[in-house]
Amino acid sequence: MNTKLTYTAKKDTRSGFGDGLLEAAKNNPEIVGLCADLTGSLKMGAFRREFPERFFQVGIAEANMIGIAAGLATAGKIPFTGTFANFSTSRVYDQLRQSVAYSEKNVKVCASHAGLTLGEDGATHQVLEDIGMTKMLPNFTVINPCDYHQTKAATIAVAEHHGPVYLRFGRPGWPMFMEGQPFEVGKAITLIEGSDVSIFATGHLLWTAIEAEAVLAEEGISAEVINIHTIKPLDEEAILKSLAKTNCAVSAEEHQIAGGLGESIAQTIVRNEPVPQEFVAVNDRFGESGKPVDLLNKYGLGVKSVVEKAKRAIQRKE
Amino acid sequence: MAFDLENLQKICSQVRRDIVRMVHAANSGHPGGSLGCTEYFVSLYNHIMKYNTDFKMEGKNEDVFFLSNGHISPVFYSTLARVGFFEVAELATFRKLDSRLQGHPATEEGLPGIRIASGSLGQGLSVAIGVALAKKLNGDKRNVFVLTGDGEQQEGQIWEAAMFAAHNKVDNLIATIDCNGQQIDGPIKEVNSPGDLKAKYASFGWEVTECDGNNLEELIKTLEAAVSETGNEKPKVILMKTEMGKGVDFMEGTHKWHGVAPNDEQLAEALNQLEETLGDY
Repeated sequence: MNTKLTYTAKKDTRSGFGDGLLEAAKNNPEIVGLCADLTGSLKMGAFRREFPERFFQVGIAEANMIGIAAGLATAGKIPFTGTFANFSTSRVYDQLRQSVAYSEKNVKVCASHAGLTLGEDGATHQVLEDIGMTKMLPNFTVINPCDYHQTKAATIAVAEHHGPVYLRFGRPGWPMFMEGQPFEVGKAITLIEGSDVSIFATGHLLWTAIEAEAVLAEEGISAEVINIHTIKPLDEEAILKSLAKTNCAVSAEEHQIAGGLGESIAQTIVRNEPVPQEFVAVNDRFGESGKPVDLLNKYGLGVKSVVEKAKRAIQRKE
Repeated sequence: MAFDLENLQKICSQVRRDIVRMVHAANSGHPGGSLGCTEYFVSLYNHIMKYNTDFKMEGKNEDVFFLSNGHISPVFYSTLARVGFFEVAELATFRKLDSRLQGHPATEEGLPGIRIASGSLGQGLSVAIGVALAKKLNGDKRNVFVLTGDGEQQEGQIWEAAMFAAHNKVDNLIATIDCNGQQIDGPIKEVNSPGDLKAKYASFGWEVTECDGNNLEELIKTLEAAVSETGNEKPKVILMKTEMGKGVDFMEGTHKWHGVAPNDEQLAEALNQLEETLGDY
């Protein structure tokens, strides 16, 4: 497949978080890290070695971790909490809501192993509702970067951004194609320009969208691929600008269809100029064990699905 | 340290008047626990803690306090106003539209003295630990105080926090548990007894003391002793026995006044039992 963006290597997005945290912490002594018994999985080991006095091992006690982070933030620290996405959200939702969001604490909730691409561990750990939960909380910023480089850049950027942030990333090795790209919270990035359909993708699904664009191009369809790394606040201006050109949308995300990026985009569309939108997302079901790419294909999140949805969106505007 | 017992008693009486008047005016709120903890709040803010009423969220080089059982907000608000964090007259806005005095404490409205939202139980001890850790990192020698309820000990997060604080030697933390023995559905011993809290916290590695929380002299001595023992590698907890509704005879010792406002006649009767000392708002 001849994609417009290429990659030479794969790396996990969680490593982008670990490397970004270390770099941010070197520049800002107020940054502290907390982890709930998953230091290796979150790639927080380098931070822990470099700044042992600024690292807090909380053990398997996520609610306590979020509360302690809220306290550290109250006293002026910039805490980054690390655990799996499921334990960063659904397990501690009330703590996020009261002690962090409502209390306006500058806590960075950093969540790995999000979505189906967690793979073999299965549905207990494959949270697909976390974007919805966090975007519903007032004061929260929600970010889901797409590769190692963007995750590293996002981690450094959120350290400078004041306010609660949910930063979502994942486990598998994934194509790296965003090296050297600047990261601005809330600012979408147009990766490939096109005129027939806009594909708005977030997280791992960006690479899927890039591959889908190549397939569509071979059939003479011109797709625009837009990197929506920040789901909240959503870059409505970039979305509407693209749709003014293409007049139809596909959203692509590793999340439930309810509550995700697609839903936020649909709200933007109906409040402005209604155009057809198709959704690439998990359709109201739980995941299962398997290899990451196999799972994406089975649950309708593969390249084939993005291509089909793009064609359908184009058909619907005619 | 010497203290003026008579003056503190006068403040307690006025704070109790504020509590019943606020809850009556809002026709909602939690008078029982507020009245029971009056001596505790008055002691902390009028004698024990070192702080600035020119409020800064970070509280650097100040003693800071966190209320975990946020429903006893009336005693918290009255105490803060009476020591000068905000105008006493603002107490009249409690639980009303556009007020900074939310039903449960909140930071969103910018009320000086409030550092965290509380109300959903079990979270304040963790928050206090976080602040205590930040103080250690900053080389700040002041302490962190936190109040939780005895019914609140039923929340799992409390025990996550209790384990962490001992393991990490958070010894600039002085927790207090309001042991009034009551919760909404009845006596905690009937609802879901936390058992022997003294033995439980001791076994977690905490330093545990007990006192009568409605006896000012005993309470202050206990708090001062806890302060003097900070820095000894152990978190401290005071099991503070109080009487719910203390100071208003018909509200005393029962869970029935946990979350009920007095009517006009009951208010008059309550105020009759409490001397006006600093002037009502």
